[in-house]
Amino acid sequence: MKRFTKDHEWVELDGDILTVGITEHAQEALGDITFVELPEAGRTLAAGDSFAVVESVKAASDVYAPVAGEVTDVNAALDDKPELVNDAAETDGWFIKLKIADAGAIDGLMDRAAYDAYLKTIE
Amino acid sequence: MTFTGNEALALSEPLIFETGRREVTGVDIEDAGLTEDRLGGQARKTPIDLPGLTEPETMRHYVRLSRQNYAIDMGLYPLGSCTMKHNPRLNEKMARLPGFGDIHPLQPLSTVPGALELMGELSRWLITMTGMKAVALSPKAGAQGELAGMMAIRAALRARGENRGTVLVPESAHGTNPATAAALGYRVESIKAREDGTVSVEAVREKLSDDVAAIMLTNPNTCGLFEPEVAAIAEAVHEAGAYFYGDGANFNAIVGKAKPGDLGVDAMHINLHKTFSTPHGGGGPGAGPVVLSERLAPFAPLPFLRDDGTLVERSDECDAGETPFGRLVAFHGQMGMYVRAMAYMLSHGADGLKQASEDAVLAANYIKAQLADVMSVSFPDRPAMHEVLFDERFLKGTGVTTLDFAKAMIDEGYHPMTMYFPLVVPGAMLIEPTESESLASLDLFIATLRDLAKGARDGDTARFTEAPRYAPRRRLDETRGARKPVLTYEASSDFKEAAE
Repeated sequence: MKRFTKDHEWVELDGDILTVGITEHAQEALGDITFVELPEAGRTLAAGDSFAVVESVKAASDVYAPVAGEVTDVNAALDDKPELVNDAAETDGWFIKLKIADAGAIDGLMDRAAYDAYLKTIE
Repeated sequence: MTFTGNEALALSEPLIFETGRREVTGVDIEDAGLTEDRLGGQARKTPIDLPGLTEPETMRHYVRLSRQNYAIDMGLYPLGSCTMKHNPRLNEKMARLPGFGDIHPLQPLSTVPGALELMGELSRWLITMTGMKAVALSPKAGAQGELAGMMAIRAALRARGENRGTVLVPESAHGTNPATAAALGYRVESIKAREDGTVSVEAVREKLSDDVAAIMLTNPNTCGLFEPEVAAIAEAVHEAGAYFYGDGANFNAIVGKAKPGDLGVDAMHINLHKTFSTPHGGGGPGAGPVVLSERLAPFAPLPFLRDDGTLVERSDECDAGETPFGRLVAFHGQMGMYVRAMAYMLSHGADGLKQASEDAVLAANYIKAQLADVMSVSFPDRPAMHEVLFDERFLKGTGVTTLDFAKAMIDEGYHPMTMYFPLVVPGAMLIEPTESESLASLDLFIATLRDLAKGARDGDTARFTEAPRYAPRRRLDETRGARKPVLTYEASSDFKEAAE
């Protein structure tokens, strides 16, 4: 099950591996994405660390780690095809995979219904 | 379609590298008659692809290109946070005086006392109007001034044996602020703006720690708002042992009204080419002197002027207490810009500089008041400073975006405002008219924007989505340009043959 942050990232846990990306709403707001700068695999992130930069025709934005963990994999396909984030933000357009020590760390994040309700409040 | 591809005075022009012939040059240079060189066989074997053009061809190329450009000398240029004000021609006359225009940076100092005196006088004016202790004139533009200020802060911290790693940057700051901090190896922590577009001292306190080296605050900020808690923020930052970098790009709003030194700023760059006229394409290159507080003054980079007018160029000339962090530029900075800024200051006088700021703020608030009913003012409750921020809410449901709106402004003969920045609001449109515009000019601009807003509301979508229709180029594919940039050119056929 996906969970969401107020910074418009989504996460999905499989075992102790957390896949992280930006939400459909985020890609919509950013417009055409032209470049995604991803971290090196092996980097250790604290919660709140900026780990990627998304550049679009409108802006460059940092992406923050929702929870602490170690980067085990990054989506290399985004190098050549940043448009994957526009086309499939919440599937093929994922950013990184994080190995997390504490699976409970994502419990505080929003579920889909709560995120949708949150989007309504910021519109 | 014409035979040439030109449309009367709208001339099409290729890249300069795509034109020219290899055997052509604008000057006759006699064969130097060298029989041997000392390159040891490393001399280049293939021709360098310099375009071979005659002098008239070269002139025409650049004049043709300049006709496709928009400039402050052509019309209102409302680019927010860029202060595109008129460059009085008196500035140009002064900069061309032989004693300023024809000097060389390697001339003995004893032969240029006038230039030194002007640098000293300019320093005095900048220090007085900012309420600071010292100024480093040499940075070549705003971002380098920021770098100089932040390097002075780092040097001051190291001098007291501290190596702090974090710099706080509110999201309403200029984009160069986090870039400068990151370039120096600092971790950048963003501070969110409040609902009203300003920064609260509580939000700053929350992020302060003994690892924070500095805060970089733009005031007035990029929402066009004066930060009401700036003095309290400075106090909190100083209590935490950190420094306060103030971005001076928006100084035009407060010259003669508020001194950054009184607000607790430790370092601030001044864009001579914004606040003191000569903007991009309107006179000269950049110049970004940085003013420093008493605490940072000892760390000012070389070269620096002492109060008595002597110029210190090398670290072995320094007295005790003068501990420059190093040197940023080879010589003394942009002398021509010093002359222009000085001419601007002296011709305005202290009262004139103050009035220029008042008029700039008045013009921005006039635009805000005249457009408030048809466009969405982002922060209607607070008075705007020298620029006013709108956002895309008024376009909701029209099928027109901020980008489309900006492109339609091009068709109306205006350079668009700054758009999609700051990121604090969706689809930002940041308008800075400056004090240069007459009431008639402002009224025409306002009437144009009102007509555009009405067009969007009335469903004339094509006027926006197909814009620009009358520019030398139609809508560029910005996405493809960014994803698949073409950074090479096709050499003219003459060069290709030579290379083969």
